[in-house]
Amino acid sequence: MSIFYFVAFLSIFFALMTIFTKNPVHSVLYLVITFFTFTVHYILLNAQFLAVVNFIVYMGAIMVLFLFVLMLLNLNKDTEPMKSTIVKIMGTVAGMCLLVTFLGAFRVIEVNNEAITPHANIGLVKNLGQVLFKDFLLPFELSSILLLTAMVGAVLLAKKDTNKA
Amino acid sequence: MGTIVEQIQGIPLNHYLIFCSVIFAIGVIGVLIRRNVIIIMMSIELMLNSVNLLLAAFSAYHGDASGQVFVFFIMALAAAEVAVGLAIVIMVYRNTKSIDIDSLNKLRW
Repeated sequence: MSIFYFVAFLSIFFALMTIFTKNPVHSVLYLVITFFTFTVHYILLNAQFLAVVNFIVYMGAIMVLFLFVLMLLNLNKDTEPMKSTIVKIMGTVAGMCLLVTFLGAFRVIEVNNEAITPHANIGLVKNLGQVLFKDFLLPFELSSILLLTAMVGAVLLAKKDTNKA
Repeated sequence: MGTIVEQIQGIPLNHYLIFCSVIFAIGVIGVLIRRNVIIIMMSIELMLNSVNLLLAAFSAYHGDASGQVFVFFIMALAAAEVAVGLAIVIMVYRNTKSIDIDSLNKLRW
């Protein structure tokens, strides 16, 4: 059980590095490491399907997209706009206030702490696939339409407007 | 596989709650203190991921597969959101020659 605490510490450390690093490319790379630690968390939860999907979609597709846009726009440390110190301090204090509010709320509510896992292998691909294609068939098909729409929209938005002016 | 399941049973669900809210708060701080649009979108991804992990944890602790299916849908949604968002960022950069979020203040009032 100490693996969880170690990986959780790594996640928090790399998440902090993501938002506090000046160079955007380093920031993306730290985010990749953060997502890798999340994959380890999914494996610890015995959610193997989610671990694989997280690995492929987040660490593969989304991070390549971020890196590609960063390099396409040719951004580096010198062009990075920074906020003033007072705004940074106020933002940090506001985030800490949110965290304290969360923790206070968790103290009030009663969470059932012991793990009741009658089917400990619900996260396996076979079982999750049966749930996905029996109970959630319509949302699954709708999400495919959503992805198609997003793809068409992204291509339309990023295309250069040739017949303008 | 049995050892992994024994691994998670020693950890209270409360610790997952605390850990995920810490990550979520880091994402909120990232949105508040950075001006680079791409880093703001990365912070949003961080928040989405913390919520995903919490859903998966609740699903594993209660033996209900619906939570993990929701996480799958949220991941599909996040991919769509990132694609459209980065297309908008490219268009904004083409028009304003910067990705400073404070240069987009025409809609403020």
